Amino acid sequence: MAPRDTDHPPVTRAMRATRGHAAEQAGIDRRRFLAAASGTFGALLLAACNSEGPKSAQSLLEFAEAKNETVERALLRHTSMDVPRASAKIAGQHFPAYYVSDSVPIWDESTRGLWRLKVDGMVKRPLELSLADLASLPRIGYRLDHFCVEGWTAVATRTGVRLADIAKLAGAQPGAQYVDFASFDDDYHESWDIDSAMHPQTLVVYAQDGHYLNPSWGAPARIYSPVKLGYKNTKYLTRISFLPARNGGYWSDRGYEWYGGV
Amino acid sequence: MKRHHAVVRITHWVNVVALTIMVGSGLRIFNAYPAFARKGGTFCCYPFAGRAIPANLTFGGWLAGARNWHFAMMWVLVANGLVYLAFIYLHGEWRDLVPRRGVFHDSWQMVRFYVTARKDHPRQGKHNALQRMAYFSMPLVGILAVITGLAIWKPVELSPLTNLLGGYVWARYWHFLAMVLLVVLTIGHIFMVFTVDPYSIPSMITGRYREDLSPEARNARPLVHLLPSSATKAPDGSARH
Ligand code: HEM
Repeated sequence: MAPRDTDHPPVTRAMRATRGHAAEQAGIDRRRFLAAASGTFGALLLAACNSEGPKSAQSLLEFAEAKNETVERALLRHTSMDVPRASAKIAGQHFPAYYVSDSVPIWDESTRGLWRLKVDGMVKRPLELSLADLASLPRIGYRLDHFCVEGWTAVATRTGVRLADIAKLAGAQPGAQYVDFASFDDDYHESWDIDSAMHPQTLVVYAQDGHYLNPSWGAPARIYSPVKLGYKNTKYLTRISFLPARNGGYWSDRGYEWYGGV
Repeated sequence: MKRHHAVVRITHWVNVVALTIMVGSGLRIFNAYPAFARKGGTFCCYPFAGRAIPANLTFGGWLAGARNWHFAMMWVLVANGLVYLAFIYLHGEWRDLVPRRGVFHDSWQMVRFYVTARKDHPRQGKHNALQRMAYFSMPLVGILAVITGLAIWKPVELSPLTNLLGGYVWARYWHFLAMVLLVVLTIGHIFMVFTVDPYSIPSMITGRYREDLSPEARNARPLVHLLPSSATKAPDGSARH
């Protein structure tokens, strides 16, 4: 093979002559050297493994989360729509059920009276909508992906009312930069930025896959938008509040990103 | 002359920290759903579905902790990578890393040498042909990891990108494969550094390197001729550079 680097110093005869000795002499030291090196690495790894990392890093992580929120808000477009792959099957009965109460939350009319969805906060006309009221509002249906924070996705058709339509109906005021979605699933709630809430695919959903919601999917109504991760989409909805400031959320207060955009 | 410029040395070790945290936290995120299939669907190409990565190989403690680390460290990884690539482009170091004509032939000669089918270490410049291929592909795979990562971070807002990669499920799979490839390259890299040219470790810290201890000078294969013999150091020091 022809040398490719003419500027490289040639290997001297003296150096070649010594090759045979090096390996034998190396024996012990090489082993010691490798043991020490791998020991150090192992110790470092064990110290770091499966931990949450140093507490002192927490403020840095919070700083990064705030910056990420700025980026995510800048990326949000009301024109970017979720369109599931044509080949993606509806999850149907495989769609996971999820709630934070001990058992499936069911609205008990005998103790709580008729279910109503309250719309309040910074609105000109606070509302109390029954399921029939919701069903009489302009209906919109989408086949949508659901993006779970855990990494799985599932496709379902969602039918309901655009939150933007409800905001118009209630006369939400310009100062309302945040919206909080509360539920009767214990103290579950999540608050959003107004831009995500007004996305055309953000719906107050009362039907999934063509049927009224069943209790494990959030009956009688839930919020759903593909621009937010699953945990931001409150099920078992009772109240939509337009607010001047953010109001945290069930998982947001427990360490998950507050913005949780998709 | 330093073997590695300070910018290369610093970005190299920042990258080691950032990438380790990215891989560890990524695996912890993966463990929340260690599979690829859409709910109610199937996925052709991952035989280990449902089996979690051992917790000791993960970082972040829990899903939210791992996500917070992952989404913070990604900026460090990207910024550091851009500084490295911009530097080696402007400063000329890329010439030692881009595969040259005949790199496959030269790599084959390196393999033959390593398996003792060939006696003499092939002539090389700063890096041998196998190193060139590894060091060149690492940034490429890194870029792939970043792009696929963006696609699964924002599958709605960046849907053109996600769709280009075959949709969310496939983009997530490509992201996983890019990680696996980076880990494999890195393990090979670390193994070769320690078994062939441990003398290059100081060169990645202080920049100093003794050419008379280069793998070519020692005719070193993995674990063979690892330590210099005393005779390597010529009495008049003429073998040193
Ligand atoms: C603890 C782990 C690591 C150690 C001990 C290590 C050590 C080294 C050493 C000693 C060199 C210089 C080689 C020479 O001068 O011939 C080097 C170069 C390099 N390493 Fe690593 N490395 C590690 C991890 C990584 C990782 C994780 C990556 C990226 C995925 C990486 C990518 C590179 C690249 C691209 C070069 C060539 C740099 C250049 O010349 O511009 N290394 N490494």
